[in-house]
Amino acid sequence: MDFSLTPEAEEYRRDVRRIIAETVTPAERHRQHSTGSFVCAPLHRALAERGYIERAVPGIGKGDPIELWVLFNEMEKAAAPSDALSVLIIVAGIINRVGTSAQRERILPSLLAGESLACLGYSEPDCGSDLAAVSTRARRDGAEWVINGAKMWTTMAHIADWVLLLTRTDPTVSRHKGLTMFVLPMDTPGISISPVPTMANERTNATFYDDVRVGDDCLLGGENRGWDVLTVGLSFERGVVGDSNAGVSLLRHFRGWAEQTGRITDPLVREKMARTAIDNEVAKLLTQRSAWIAASGDLPGVEGSMTKLFATAAYQKAVRWFQEITGPEGLLRFDEPGAAAGGWIEYEGRHAPGCTIRGGTTEINRTNVGQRHLGLPRGT
Amino acid sequence: MSVDLAPSADEQLIEHAFTSFFAKEAPIELVRRSEPLGFDRELWSKLAAIDAQGLALPERVGGSGATMGMLVVAIEALGRVLAPVPLIEHAVASRALDQPGRDLVDGTAIATIALRPAEADGRWRLVPAGAVADVVIGIDGDQLVVVRSAPPGSAPHNHACAPLADRSAREGERAVIGMAAGWSTAVSEWRLLTAAALVGVAARALELAVEYVTVRHQFGRPVGSFQAVQHGLADLPGLVEGARLLVRKAAWAADRSAAGVEPVIDVDDNDVTDFPALARMAFVFAADVAAKITDRSLHYHGGYGFAEEGAIQLFYRRARGWPLVLGDPSTECLDLAVALFGAPAAAERRSEKGG
Repeated sequence: MDFSLTPEAEEYRRDVRRIIAETVTPAERHRQHSTGSFVCAPLHRALAERGYIERAVPGIGKGDPIELWVLFNEMEKAAAPSDALSVLIIVAGIINRVGTSAQRERILPSLLAGESLACLGYSEPDCGSDLAAVSTRARRDGAEWVINGAKMWTTMAHIADWVLLLTRTDPTVSRHKGLTMFVLPMDTPGISISPVPTMANERTNATFYDDVRVGDDCLLGGENRGWDVLTVGLSFERGVVGDSNAGVSLLRHFRGWAEQTGRITDPLVREKMARTAIDNEVAKLLTQRSAWIAASGDLPGVEGSMTKLFATAAYQKAVRWFQEITGPEGLLRFDEPGAAAGGWIEYEGRHAPGCTIRGGTTEINRTNVGQRHLGLPRGT
Repeated sequence: MSVDLAPSADEQLIEHAFTSFFAKEAPIELVRRSEPLGFDRELWSKLAAIDAQGLALPERVGGSGATMGMLVVAIEALGRVLAPVPLIEHAVASRALDQPGRDLVDGTAIATIALRPAEADGRWRLVPAGAVADVVIGIDGDQLVVVRSAPPGSAPHNHACAPLADRSAREGERAVIGMAAGWSTAVSEWRLLTAAALVGVAARALELAVEYVTVRHQFGRPVGSFQAVQHGLADLPGLVEGARLLVRKAAWAADRSAAGVEPVIDVDDNDVTDFPALARMAFVFAADVAAKITDRSLHYHGGYGFAEEGAIQLFYRRARGWPLVLGDPSTECLDLAVALFGAPAAAERRSEKGG
C-alpha cells in the first residue's frame, strides 16, 4: 500500500492550491455570501488557463480520478465553493460521452474554458430522491419538442448557460424507460427562474418550463434513454467531487478561535478537536479510496455512499460541538464584531444540515449500502 | 500509481495464510473453552509452528523481518476470530528488545509489555498477557526494565476474559535496558496492533449481524428486510473500512519512518504521516468503531444476542476489554492533541503572540 502522491500529482496539488489562494479571495467570498451565487468565475478561468478543467473531465482529459480527488480535496480544505465546478465537469463528461459531435462543438469549448456554466434540471417539486418519477413532459410536435413542467433545486440556474433537463417522453412504458435527457440553453424562450434562498446563504432556484420549444439538436443521448444518461453522470462523480471533507476547514477555523481566546488549553476543547481531526483523517482516507477504486477501473458506487454517510455525520457532529463551545460569540454572523472565527462557526451551523440531504440523502445512501453492499433482502 | 491502496503481494500472502490458519485452528468453541483465562497454549504452539511469533522480528535475530504493513494484516485475522493468544503483546515486547532470546523468537516463551509504569510498590497492575507471559517489559521509576519471572497462570475475572495480571517489576531476573523517557515506540505499536485486532472484531461482528437478520424471520419476513434494521446496519461498513484504512496508513507510516522518511503533521492541511499520531488515531477510532458495531450487532440479535450461548457477546466484551487496558480513550485524545496542536502551554504562548 502507498498513501503518498507521486511527485507529479504533488506538483499538480501545489499548483491547484496556489490558484485557489489567488482567486478565492476574501472579497470574492464576501460576494458569494452576499449574492448567494457560490461560483468563483476567476477560479474557473484560472483553472482553465492551466488546462485543469479539460484535464479533469472524464473521457477528455487524462481522466485520473486521483487528480480529480486532489482538485476537490484542495477546494474543500480551502472552503472554496466546488458545486459549480463539479456540475460543470460532470456535464462536460456526459456531453462528451453521449452527445453528438455538433453538441460537443457547440457546448464544450466554452465550458472547458471556464467561461460558461451548466446546471442540472433533475429534481422536481414532487420528486427528489425518487428521480424516476419525474413528470416534466416533453412532447414531440413535428420537428420540435415541446417541454412543460417545473424543476426544483436548480442551483446556478440564474447564472448558467446550459441546463441538463430530465423529462418524461413516454408515460406509457415503465418509469425508467420513458425518460429523455435534453441539453438546452438557459435563454431558450419559455424558461423562467424563481429564486429559492437557502439558510446557508446559497441561492438555489425553482425553474419553470412553459411550452419551451427545442429541436432534436437538444436531445442528449437519444429518445427514452434519459435514465442511461443519468447513470453515466453518476459514474463520473466517482465519490470524490465534494461534501466529504468539510471538517477540515471547520477545524482550522475553530482552532484559530481557540488559540485567539485561550480556550486551546482547555482539555474539554482539545479532546473534541482531536476527535474531529481523527474523523477528518478517516473521511480523507475513505474519499481517497473511492478515487483509487475509480483509478483502478471500477465504479465506487457503494464506497461513495459509505464515504458520504460517514463524512457528513462526522461533520454535523463536529459543527454542533464547536457551536456549543464558542457559545454566544459562535452565534454571530460574518462581519459582526466579535463573531467567533469571523462568523465561520455560525455559518457552518447553517451549512451543515444540507450535507445529509443534497447529492443523495442519508436514507438513499443507507439503502444503497444495506442492499448492494451488505446484501440485505429488499422489503416487500 | 499515485496512491495505491491494493495490498502488496506479501500482505496478500500473510492475509491468506493467517485467515486460513485461524479459520481452521481457532473456532468459536475454542474461544469459549479458553475462558475465563483467555489463553490457549495449544493454539500458541500451533502459531509457533508457522513462525508467527518471529514474524515481525528482524532477520538478524532469526525472525522473518515482516513489515508493520504485513503484521497488521495478520493481527486483523486474529481479531476476526478472537484468537485467545497474546500475539500482539509478544510481538511488540520482542521488537522492543535489541536481542530477543531464541525462546521469544520461536515462541517457547511469551513476552509482554506493561502499558502503565510500575506503582510505588514495584508492581505493574493489570498487565495484558501478564497471566501467561514469562518476560515483561515496562517502566519502573525512570528506567525501562525487562523482567523474567514465572507467570501466575491465572487472571482476575475480567470483562473480556483476557489474561491480565499484576506483575512485579523488581522480582525475578531483571535488567535495565534503557530510560523511561523516550520509550514510546512499543506502546505506539501496541496501539496500532490492537487497533488492527479491533478492525477484525468489528468486521466479524458486522457479518454476524447480517447473517442473523437474514435468516431470522418475524412477521413472515426476514428482519433484515425491515428498513429500520437495514439502516441501522448500513452506517457500519463505512466505519469498518475507515478504521481499516487508518490502521493500514499508520502501518505504512511506521514502515516509512523505519526507512528514514521525515513525517509530517499539518492538521490545517489534513496531512498527517507521523506514525505515533496515526497509531493513536487508529487506536481511538478502531476502539470506538468496535464498541459501536458490537453493540448494534448484539442488539439486532435480540434476546439471543444477550444470551451466553450466542457468539456476539464474546465479541462485545472483547471490543471493550482489549482497548480499555490502556485507559480512558479521552486521555488518548488529549495526548494526540499535543502531537496535533502542540502542548497546551505552547498553544497558549502562540495565542499570546497573536496566533
